[in-house]
Amino acid sequence: MSLVQLLFYIMGFIALASALFVAGTKNVVRSIFMFFITLFALAGLYVLALADFVAITQVVIYVGGILVLILFAFMLSGKETLNIIAQQRKQFISLRRLPAFLLAALFFIVLVNMIAKADVNNLYWIKRAADLKNIIQPDAAMTENIGVNLMTNYLLPFEGISILLMVALIGAAHLSRKGRGQ
Amino acid sequence: MVGAGLFCIGLYMIVSKHNAIQILIGIELILNAAILNLVAFGKYDRINNGGQMFALFAIVLAAATTAVALAIILNVYKQYKTIDPGQVDNLKD
Repeated sequence: MSLVQLLFYIMGFIALASALFVAGTKNVVRSIFMFFITLFALAGLYVLALADFVAITQVVIYVGGILVLILFAFMLSGKETLNIIAQQRKQFISLRRLPAFLLAALFFIVLVNMIAKADVNNLYWIKRAADLKNIIQPDAAMTENIGVNLMTNYLLPFEGISILLMVALIGAAHLSRKGRGQ
Repeated sequence: MVGAGLFCIGLYMIVSKHNAIQILIGIELILNAAILNLVAFGKYDRINNGGQMFALFAIVLAAATTAVALAIILNVYKQYKTIDPGQVDNLKD
């Protein structure tokens, strides 16, 4: 087993375990911080998939932005909500969790089936890419290529998403404004 | 190989959808699972970078979604004093 494979399994295990902990724990603050670890492990997986720029973006946006937002929202929404939630979960523990667990397990089985049948290594476009040498090599620096592509091939989605991001941020600021004239 | 790891994450997060802000975290995890797939197969597209590019777009979209959703959650909390979606059942007062 090569070092890359070993790293992949370690990262995957960390991501899965921390995600399971996020799902399973009762303490919301703790689950948020475990989500932090999940995101870092995912960034490591992106690096292993030779997408260093995406990994950096993941760390900056998710860890720096989204997680802080979630923490803020949680802290602002007060302590008593946590107690209410804890009480409810004790009451409805089997009633609420069983359908969710069944759904997740069945869906997981379906997906594993799909992966097993898809025969990923022999897909025709992957073979074509291998024939054309269109595979990212481990020593390539992709950031420049991504920048050039972003400003040429993907200019329209880029502008679209910038406008959408602005609209979303203005909307969020408007929604969370205090008072609202009442 | 990469795929098997990530689907577990996304799927077990559907389990986490019972209450509160945790639903939002679950959505984020599912999005992350999808992004991981995009990145993994983006390896086979060196010239156009299709996978990585749309992974970037998806990350930005997730950020926008979260900002709006958290604003909505805060507003709902102000109105109802709870963030359990099971108890938020009327649209106007």
